Order: sequence, then structure tokens, then C-alpha cells
Amino acid sequence: MASSVDDMALATRTDKRPSMTRTLWDSTVGKKTVMAVSGLIMLSYLVVHMMGNLKIFFGAGQFNAYAHWLRTIGEPFLHYEWALWLIRVVLVAAVVGHAVSAYQLSRRDIKARPSGYVHKRARASYATRTMRWGGIILALFIVWHILDLTTGTVHSGFRPGHPYQNVVDTFSTWYGNVIYIVAMAALALHIQHGFWSAAQTLGVGNATRDRVLKTLANVLAVVLFAGFVSVPVAVMTEVVS
Amino acid sequence: MKLTLRVWRQKNANSPGAMATYDVDGISTDMSFLEMLDTLNEELILKGEEPVAFDHDCREGICGACSLVINGDAHGPERTTTCQLHMRSFSDGDTIDVEPWRASAFPVVKDLVVDRSAFDRIIQAGGYISVPTGAAPEAHATPVPKPDADFAFEHAECIGCGACVAACPNGSAMLFTSAKINHLNVLPQGAPERETRVLDMVGQMDDEGFGGCTLTGECATACPKGIPLPSIAAMNKEWLRATRKAKKVGR
Repeated sequence: MASSVDDMALATRTDKRPSMTRTLWDSTVGKKTVMAVSGLIMLSYLVVHMMGNLKIFFGAGQFNAYAHWLRTIGEPFLHYEWALWLIRVVLVAAVVGHAVSAYQLSRRDIKARPSGYVHKRARASYATRTMRWGGIILALFIVWHILDLTTGTVHSGFRPGHPYQNVVDTFSTWYGNVIYIVAMAALALHIQHGFWSAAQTLGVGNATRDRVLKTLANVLAVVLFAGFVSVPVAVMTEVVS
Repeated sequence: MKLTLRVWRQKNANSPGAMATYDVDGISTDMSFLEMLDTLNEELILKGEEPVAFDHDCREGICGACSLVINGDAHGPERTTTCQLHMRSFSDGDTIDVEPWRASAFPVVKDLVVDRSAFDRIIQAGGYISVPTGAAPEAHATPVPKPDADFAFEHAECIGCGACVAACPNGSAMLFTSAKINHLNVLPQGAPERETRVLDMVGQMDDEGFGGCTLTGECATACPKGIPLPSIAAMNKEWLRATRKAKKVGR
């Protein structure tokens, strides 16, 4: 701000810049930043969640003990289940931030292109085109998943404190497997485009890093899909029962 | 060559438009796409019909005036401007769909002509450097590292045609805005207004009603000047940096 032209402009303009939070939330680039950060929070949670799920292959004792340990993290400094609730609060904030931004940005995008072209052709990759519907599928899945395996509301014969038995129970039904595997496929596609996009939004992407970021997105998508889906497959093939 | 054209005809901004079918004959493969449309218009004028309105100026691929979505692709099947697209890219007997840029920020004025002044207002918001004018300064007075000069030049190639907006499923102007911001922000001459430029230009882009970026990559594929997709990431980086400094920057 050294030039005299700018000083003149500064002297005549009285309006101030809004706060950083305001600037972020009011801008399309800012809302995308909210989506990127909340998406990465959820993604890192999923990596841990997937690794925890794999404990099912070590038997009911280990799996149930792990589930119990999740409730005792941080004790005695933290009270029973506090750490878990802390994680839940962060996750809910991330889901809400991600969904509200996605909804508002999508509304804006649709308004910005009211009439399509007469000459139609497929635009962008499948993963890119299915981000919105994939996101809705995932949101519905999360609701079912919590009602099924956390609260047990939609799970007849749910046994609190016995996650191993509950998981085997769910994946012994055909619909439990279908819902889960479809949702995991949607998740893999969502991550494949979402992870790379988050890097672009946060300004980490550039020409030299592009290949690394795309590979990392593919690896994350495949590893998470394989890790999560291995559990219903193991129940179906009676490796876990 | 004999061709069937299906062209978007719209009387003015307020009336509804529709595709109209025309047959054109005697098209040479050496004609540019615009010369082919000139041939059509000559016939229409002789028949006493209203010629098809379309934007064009230099016809050398450097001004950014020509537009047209041809068979669903901005500037047609080749990676160039419509004026530099030749009829040899098509075959005898083809049916070709010709439509205007589609975006709510680019309203149709008439037929294939759209109002792209939203781009001008984005430039007015910060696509300049403030210097006291006078005699041209000594070229070597301000050293610019070669990679920075190359980066700036790559982005300075943008001719502001709007193909990026036309190709984007969200009608987003991120590639145009990023090209203009990156071009100036990397240079020492652009440094004093580095933060205000990106904040104001992105703000203006949003105000004009362009959509957001979903990284589909359609813009960079359509761009006749090859502005790369990572430009958008570079602009996002500049924007986030400026947002952190916003308090100090002032207005």
C-alpha cells in the first residue's frame, strides 16, 4: 500500500472489510474451504474407523474389548465416554458444515446454469457427476448405520455392549449387506473426487503434485472400500460368525 | 461440402428462443467456421430473412470475441477459437448444432450473441495495477525471475472469451478469474495489490451470479488458450492467504 494512488483511494473509502469468518462463509471459495476441511475431518475419522473394524477378524473378545476401550479413552482425566462424545460433536459439526455448504453451493450452481445445451454430451468423470447424489446416499446411510449399530433402534434383537454379535446379525440379512455395500461404493467414488478436490480448494494442488494427489485419492478410495466391505464379505462367507 | 445446421435463434433477451434448421451448400473445407456462417447469412439476406447474429472480431484467435457452442463443445471439436476452427474438422453431410454460451451471468442478447460484460466488471474489481503513468519505465528496472515470468505469461494468454463458463456445468468463472489474478499476483508490479485484487475479483465473480467450482475440469479442456486447471488451486491459495491477512489489508 505504498503508492499515492492507493492512499487516495483509502482516504475516500470508508467501508471496512468484513471479518474472516464472514468473508469465508459469504464466498463460494470460502464455502468450498469449509467443505474441504470438514471432508478431510470425516475422511481421517473413516480411516481410523475402518482400521478399528478390522479387529473383527481377531474374534469377539478382542472386538468387543476394543469397542469398550473406545468409551474409556482419556480416563481418568476424562470421564467415561467423554472422549467418544467429543469425537461425535466434532463429527456432527463436520457433517452439518459439509452438508449446508454443499446444499447452498449446489443451489447456486444450478441457478448459474438455468438452461442446458440442446446438444447433450457426458461431462466430467462419473465420480465427479455423482458427488451430489452420492452425498445424499451417504447421509441416508449414516442415519441407518447409527440407528442399526449404535442405538439399535432399527435392529431387532440388538444387544448393547456386544458389537461383534450385532455386526454379524446385520450382515446376516440380505438388505443389511446391500445397503452397506452400495453405500461403501458411493463412499469410494465420493472420496476419489472429494480428496483431490479438497487439495485444490485448499491451494495444495499444482501441476507437479497433481499425479501424487490423484494417486493418493485413488488409494484412499480403494483401501477404505476394501477395508469396510471385507467385514460383510467375511460374515457372508462365514469367516466371521 | 453440404451441411445441415441447427442454430439457436432468439429475437432478443426477453423472447424465448428455439433451434432452427438450415441447409448450407458449397462449403469449402478451407473455410473457417465463421466464414461458413457468413455463407449462411448471405443466403438468408438474399432470401429476405434475418441473418444469424454472432460475435466476432479479429478472426485471428487472439481477441476473444467469438464464441459458439458447437455440437456441445465450446469453440467446437478442436482446441482453438471458433474463428480458427476450419470446416475440415467436419464431414460432408454432417448435422451441426450451434448454440450460444449458456450461463445466467451471460444472458443471450440475440441469437448466438451473449452479454459477457460480467467479465469486464471482474477485471474492473482488481485486474489491473495502480501506477502513476508517464514515460515507459526501463524494462530491466524490476527484475522478474524466469519461472515467475513464464507463470505470468501462461495466464496472461487468457483472452476472456468465456469458453470456461460455457463448458462448466455450474456456469463458473473460476478459470477466467484465476488466470487474471495469477497473471498479476506473481509479478512484482502486482504485489502492492496482491491481497485486495484476489478478494475483490472473487467477490465480484460471486456477485455476478457465476456458479462455484466443483473441479470437473471442463473449463481447462475447453480453453482455447490452454489455461491449466491448477490455476484454480493457485487462486484458491492466494484467496486463503489474503483472507488471513484481510484485517491488515484494509480496503
